[in-house]
Formats: sequence, structure tokens, C-alpha cells
Amino acid sequence: MYPENFRYTKEHEWILVEGDTGTIGITDHAQEELGDIVYVDVPKVGARVERGKSLGSVESVKAVSDVYSPVGGEVTAVNETLADAPETLNRDPHGAGWLVKVRLSAPAEILELMTAADYRKYVEAEK
Amino acid sequence: MMDACGIDSPEALFAHLPEAARLSRPLELPAGISEYEIVEYFRQRAAENANGYASFLGAGVYNHFRPVLVDAVASRGEFLTSYTPYQAEISQGTLTAIFEFQTMICQLTGMDVANASMYDGSTAVPEAVMMAARLTGKGRALIARSVHPEYRETLRTYAKHQGMSVEEFGYSPEAGTIDLEDLDRKMDDLTAAVIVQSPNFFGIVDQVKAAGEIAHRRGALLILIFTEAVSLGILEPPAEPDIVAGELQSFAISPSYGGPFAGIIATREKYVRQMPGRLVGQTTDSRGNRAFCLTLSTREQHIRRERATSNICTNQALIALMATVFMTVYGKEGLRELAGQNLAKAHYLAGRLKPRFDGKFFNEFVVRLEGRTPEQANKALLKKKIIGGLPLGRFYPELADCMLLCATEMSRRADMDALPEVLS
Amino acid sequence: MITKVRNHLSQNEALLFERSSPGKKAYQLPDLDVPPVDAAAALGAENVRTGIQDFPEVSEVEAIRHFTRLSTWNYAIDHGMYPLGSCTMKYNPRVNELVARTEGLAWAHPYQPEALAQGCMEVMARLEGILAEITGMDAVTLQPSAGAHGELTGILLIRALLEKRGDPRKKILVPDSAHGTNPATAAIAGYAVENVKSTAAGLLDVSALERIVNRDVAALMVTNPNTLGVFEENIVRAAEILHAKGAMLYMDGANMNALVGIARPGDFGVDVLHLNLHKTFSTPHGGGGPGAGPVAVKKALEPFLPVPRLKRSGKKWAWDYKRKHSIGRVRAFYGNFGVLVRALAYILAHGGPGLRNATVDAVLNANYIRKRLEPYYDLPYSSPSMHEVVFSDARQAANGVRTGDIAKRLIDYGFHPYTVSFPMIVHGALMIEPTETEGTSELDAFIDAMISIAKEVELDPQFVKDAPYSTRTSRVDEVTAARKPVLRWKRP
Repeated sequence: MYPENFRYTKEHEWILVEGDTGTIGITDHAQEELGDIVYVDVPKVGARVERGKSLGSVESVKAVSDVYSPVGGEVTAVNETLADAPETLNRDPHGAGWLVKVRLSAPAEILELMTAADYRKYVEAEK
Repeated sequence: MMDACGIDSPEALFAHLPEAARLSRPLELPAGISEYEIVEYFRQRAAENANGYASFLGAGVYNHFRPVLVDAVASRGEFLTSYTPYQAEISQGTLTAIFEFQTMICQLTGMDVANASMYDGSTAVPEAVMMAARLTGKGRALIARSVHPEYRETLRTYAKHQGMSVEEFGYSPEAGTIDLEDLDRKMDDLTAAVIVQSPNFFGIVDQVKAAGEIAHRRGALLILIFTEAVSLGILEPPAEPDIVAGELQSFAISPSYGGPFAGIIATREKYVRQMPGRLVGQTTDSRGNRAFCLTLSTREQHIRRERATSNICTNQALIALMATVFMTVYGKEGLRELAGQNLAKAHYLAGRLKPRFDGKFFNEFVVRLEGRTPEQANKALLKKKIIGGLPLGRFYPELADCMLLCATEMSRRADMDALPEVLS
Repeated sequence: MITKVRNHLSQNEALLFERSSPGKKAYQLPDLDVPPVDAAAALGAENVRTGIQDFPEVSEVEAIRHFTRLSTWNYAIDHGMYPLGSCTMKYNPRVNELVARTEGLAWAHPYQPEALAQGCMEVMARLEGILAEITGMDAVTLQPSAGAHGELTGILLIRALLEKRGDPRKKILVPDSAHGTNPATAAIAGYAVENVKSTAAGLLDVSALERIVNRDVAALMVTNPNTLGVFEENIVRAAEILHAKGAMLYMDGANMNALVGIARPGDFGVDVLHLNLHKTFSTPHGGGGPGAGPVAVKKALEPFLPVPRLKRSGKKWAWDYKRKHSIGRVRAFYGNFGVLVRALAYILAHGGPGLRNATVDAVLNANYIRKRLEPYYDLPYSSPSMHEVVFSDARQAANGVRTGDIAKRLIDYGFHPYTVSFPMIVHGALMIEPTETEGTSELDAFIDAMISIAKEVELDPQFVKDAPYSTRTSRVDEVTAARKPVLRWKRP
């Protein structure tokens, strides 16, 4: 369920790091809690993001959830398909439902995030 | 019932309230009165007001015929006593009517999307300006002096605490339209919105296109205000505005000493998520039937709380319904004919007087008085049971010798003919 | 393709634009008694519109049938009870509608000479005085158009006073049980919002309050009774804590229906509050508005009230614009006068004793419902309920049925749902407020319906989850409505 090569945050975001680029999304637990996603609000390419600060939000019919960036850096790509098909986030939150790609400004920040095993435990505890 | 609750007296239900908080005496109010006495009380109050006067007041509140169908529909208990349509399955009446309302406002204003009404035109202005601030990320508003003075005052009250600066630009003393040079001079790259009204407070069709060009060149949005909705029946909606905000009182809403009214905000599709207020959308139910529901609710206070687009909770649903019935009764041709009559009446009156400005006007215009003050002229008119125009000195010191006159389809020739001898 | 919802014509009424056809008319204007004017000449040819594209054209009978048919698709207080918590859906007296339409009041122009508007001004002055007595406050403004508008006005008043004292301060405290307008309002007034957690009993935590109130806090916004329907027993202490640090206590008056004639906010330490005339004072909701949100203040805040204010000038009323400390206008003109008339009519009808009786009945009705439903629904807080009671869906959730499902099934029994999922501090909340309007037959019908549903949940949870069955439309697809918004009709 939760890919081993991802890292996770307490606010239920994931990040997949390849070289100095991180792909960021929200976890399956997050999408389930939100219900049917209707709208995704993401920053533009070139925007700066900061670890722990909101980079955008995800909306269902009755709720809005901020998405907090796991790392600091610059947005290099945005998932354009979510504008027309926000349901992708529900369907495939760890794959096609990615939100943004970021060029990491401080790669060491990754070490502070949870592993898949830790995240699984964390989600169990929350339930 | 008290047995079920296990109490001897209903007073026991309040026993847990702290002594310090309780009211230990009866309210100092008279005893209740009967229905007939209530009617009589208000009949007496009404008698203390103007009755049987012809009026030439406009200035943001207009006398128009109210088709009989309006109250026939709005008095139905199913509309009058129903709640906000959060439960779509049992509110399709309200939701469908609002969807039709939203559509008709778009058709009238030339915009892509309209909300299900704001409190009134005056509060729609700060809501539109805050919307422009969110969209542009900028914090300054430039508003024309020819926008209704009380609307400008309302904007100032709101803007003060949003860290928004509000500045005014002037009008041309000959034409009565906006002073484009003044606007251009005051314009900068930090401006979120330029706000103009057309027809403006002086009744004059203003230079919306030119204002739009100045605004857009510097990255600001253009907000167009209207206070006389009947003008929409005859005036081509300009293409330049990004947001239209206005007042629908003219559409069968009683003047009622200033309220309740209904404002609207209409905008381009790309701005819809920053639009405040309720929105009704079309959808289907599980059997595939067309249905309507409140939508894009995540903009609103009950979900986004402190990050909402506005704190507004109400929409003036019943008032908007009255306006919808009005628009339905008049229809495509009727609104045109109604506007045409307003134009004719006001221009007839203006032809017997001398308008102060040479700009083109709809159903209101300004006259300058010589030999007596507007207040004195109005006093003389009252003796003929006529309420004259609004003396402008209270809002425009430079126009203290002027008054703003309005003539609508309700104005009678005989009354209009009585004005020139007093006003010329 | 639009399928039929039910068999009868009146259940399949199309939109106005779909019924429209050119040439149909529902209006007739009198002939002009002045010469017609060429629009292009008068306005400039480029300013004249060629037509209003796709605007409807229907006949009078089509118009009245259209709206009448639509009206039959609504539920309303005139049909039956609305158990909506904190909405106070009481009977909307018809005499209010009649008096609001009295010609001299309905046609009064806000700018007509004051000498000819004395009737309107007397109505407003009378209402101000009565609301001050009911709330135990010193001055009232009737200018705000709605509850949220009144809230904003109230917070701006606080800001103005604190500013005059030298420091407007930075934040407003809001309980986590608060209505969404509260934090939204604080933000618009330029304040940061800090949440105050409730105690295990669902009340304001005064020890937590004492810890966080400092000179950065401008005010605490409370609702009393709170959104659980419980009277804040420590409200006097809370007021003391705030006042000691120069901060103020704002009260959201949404739940005044539990207090009128019993307790007055001015007496328990409130500095400023707003009222909802469309709740406590019976003015009709009309499908979502209009309302009115008068604000009542203690003396210290009076100089800052919105301008203009009514003042006595000899034997007459006058509008006083010379108020240099005023926060300004919060809207054009004087307020929702037509709504004020309705509220005053309600108050005159009840009188002092009648208003108190209404409060007692409202609280008794809520407690009756609480007692009879307690065996079936989880009661998260044991504190005494006032005019409303909050249950949770904890027991039904064991069968996979949530508060939203129960609410939809309630519709099949002929009732509007209660308030679902609010306040947020109760997971799966069912918030029920009957008001004093309901007699035992209606209350018992509601209680029996809720008990029946609780039994259905045990026997066939899926049946409850798929409700409602009896409505004109089944559950609507809100997800698609939000994903692909269609916000107006367009010619296909």
C-alpha cells in the first residue's frame, strides 16, 4: 500500500526523491478521509515552497485540506491533469495523482521524514 | 411533557443557570396585543410618513411598478417559510428559482457567472473589491467619486481593516463622467481594482471602456457598479468589466426605507472560485433526473472558516425570488419597453429644465438651481405634495446648488409639469 | 436527456428559458403620456443593446404556474417542523407580512424628508429600545443586514474602542465549537484567530482562557448557550478574565431563543452582541434571506456605532450624522427596515410575558425530545440542555450508518433534517432545536420518527443509507456539481 521508497509526513503527504527532485502527493489515508476530491489548488511552476508550510489545498464537497510541503525548494512541474480530473487523486494517490515536483533546496530535510513502516504504524495509531 | 422530563415546573429547566446571570424581574415591556391592534399600530406609523406624494427621488432607490404576481409568488408559504436549501431533495423549488435567477443576471450583465445575491448593492462593492484583491494579490482600490457616496463609505469601512487603501478619482465638471486623466494619474501597478458606476450617481452613462483600458494596462481588474437595474434593459453591457456588482431593488423590491434589498456579483468564469456568496449548480440525482444543489461551498464560511472568501452566510433568497418574478413578468421585450419609458419620462422632464451635466443620462439627471437653494425649492414643492430631487450638497459640496432628479415609468406628466416653475 | 421525476405535469416543470417563446407577454405598461425618445440619440448608439439574448418570454399564466409548481417542490415551516439546531425555525406570523406591506412604510424612500419619515423612525427607535431591554445593553444599531454582518460590525466596534485606547491588539479567541462565521468575521476585521478548546463537558475552558488571555487578545467570541445548547456556566468568570486584561467579550446571539426573558447578556458580562431577527424574532427565512443582525453594546462602545444614529430633536426623530468616532457605515441607508417591522410586530404580539413564555416552551420542548430520544441516540455531553440538544451517531455508526444518512431518512417521515455534523467538536453530530412553535403532536411525531429510524438502523442499515425514497429527487450528485460546475442555463 505505502511504497517503500517514499517518505511520509504527519500531515499525510508523501514524497519520492530522485536525485535532487522530489515528487509530492497526498497519501491513500488522506484521500480516503477527504472523500471524493472535487478540486485541487496547486502553486505555479517556479513558486518557492517551504518545509511545513502550505503549498496548496485539496477540496472535497464538504471539506478543504491544506497540503503541507515536506521539503523546501522550487516547483519544477505541476500535475495539469488534476484540473480536469481531480478524481485521479482518489483513484491513484501514490501514482497518477501526484501534485507537484520540487527541486530540493536542502536534501537533508528528507531524513526527518517517516519511512513507510513508520507511516503505517502512525496511520494505525490514528485510527 | 414535564413528567417525561421529570420536573414539576418548567422553571426547573433554568435552575442550573448561575444566579449572577439570571434576570430576576420581568422584562419591562407591555403585554402582548391582538392582531388587529398590531395592524393599527403600523397603520398609524405609516400615516406619519409621506402619503399621496409624487416623488422624484432616485439616488440608489427607485420607484417602479411592482407586478402583482411578485407578492403572489413570494407570499407562498413554501417560498416564504422555507430554509436555506442545504437539503437539496426538499428544496428544489428554491434551488431551481435561484438557478434561473443566476442565469438571468448573466444574461443582463453579459457575465459568465452570477451568485445567488449579496445583502445589497452597497455591500457588494467591498465584497467585489476583496475578490479583486485576492485575485491580483494587490492591495489598493481606485474608486470614482461618481459612484454612490454611501457605497463608497461602506467600502471604506471594510477596506480599513483589510490593509487596503482606497483612493478616489474625480469626474468631469462638464460631462459628469469620470475624469480619465485623473484616473490615469492616480493609477499604479499596486492597484487591485478600478471601480466605476454606470449609469453613475448623477444618472450618466459613464466611460466604462476607457476606464477598463487604464485598469487592465496596469494589471488591475475593472469593477462595474450599477444601482438602477432597469437600465440593464436598454444599456449594452460593456465587455471590459471583470466583476459586475449591483443592486436589484428596482426589480419589484419595495423601497421600504432602505431595505431589505438584494445585491449581485457577477464575473468571468475563471474567477468563480474567488467569488463570495452562495452558488447554485445543476447536477443529476441518482435516477438521472436534472436537479440543482448549492455548490462550490468550500469557498464559504461554514467550511473554510477564517480563510473563507467572505463571512457572508445569507443570500437574499426571497428578495432575489421577487426580482426573478419581476424579470419573468416583463421578459425580454418588457424590460426593454420599461427602460424606454423611463428614458422618455426623464428626458421629457430634463427638456423642461436645464441639466447641469452634458453627459448622456438614463432616468436620473442633475439640475443646478439659481435664485434659491435646492432645500428651499423642495420646501415649495412639498406644498404641492411633491417630493423633489436629492439636494447634492450633503455628498458633493461643489454641487451644493444642485439636486438629483429621477423620473420613472411611475412619474406622471402633470407632476413633472409642476417642477419647472419651482426649479428654473 | 431529461427524464421524468414523477408522473404529474407539475413535477416536471421545465426552466423558464425552456418554456419561453418569442412574443409571449406577461406585462402591460400604461401608454406613455410623454413623447417617446430615441434610445440611440439619448444614450449613444454604441451604448444601446440590441436585445437581451435568451431572456425568457412567457405568459402570465405560465409564469404563475411555473413558480407555483416550483414552490411545491420545497419543504417549509408551514408544512411542518424544522428541527435545525441554532436556526430557530419558528412560525413566521402572517400579520408580520401584512404590516410590512403597509403602503406608507413599504414605499418610504430612505432620502425622503425626515419630517415625512417619522413613522419609520419611530418604528426603528421603538425596536432599538426594546432590544436594549431584552439584552440588558445600553445602545443598539439596526444597520447590519444579517447575523454575519452584525458580527463584523461588533468586531469592528471592539477594534475601534481598543484603537482609541492605544492598541487594537492582534487576535480574537474563538471556541472550537463556534459557527463558521465567527472566525471568518475575525479575519475580515483584520484579526488573527486562535482556537480555544472546550472542556470534556463541552464548555468553555476558563483555565485555558486565563492562560491565553494577554494584551494581544482583543476579544473572545462566544455563543451562549453554546452550540451544544448548554449554558456557559462560567461566563461571568470568563468576562472577568477578559476585562482584567482590557479585552472584551463578544456574544454571538444565535441562541437567544433560550435566553429572552430569562437571562440578559448585558447582565452576565457581555460587551457587545449581535441578534438574528430571522431566528429569535420570527422574521421569515425566505429560502435563505433576508435577515437582519442588530448589534447591542455597552455604553463604552456606543460612540463607535455605525452612522447615522437616531436622535431625538424636540418632538421628532432625526438622523445624526455627526458622530466622529463612528466606525462608519456598514451599508447604505439605515438597515433592513422591512425585516425590522416584522420583528417589532412579533415582539408587540408577544409582549414581555409572552416572550418569556416562548423561551420557556422552547427549552421545555428541547428537553422533552432529549429525554425521549436518550435511550436510542448517544448523548455525548450530560450537561443540561437549553433550547437545543446535540446527540451523536456513535451507536448507529456501529452499523455503518452516519448522521447524514439518518437525516436523509428523516425526510421520508415528513420532516426537514436536523443540523448535521455541527458542532465539529461532536463527531457525527445531530443538533436538534424544536422551538416553542411545536406542540406535543408535532414533537411526538418527530420523536416517533427518530425512534423508528433507530430501529431501522438495527434491522436494515443499507435501507437507511439509501434514503430518501419519497422525495421528488433522490440524493443529488454534489461531487459532479463541484467538479464540473454548471452555474447557469445555456441554449443547447
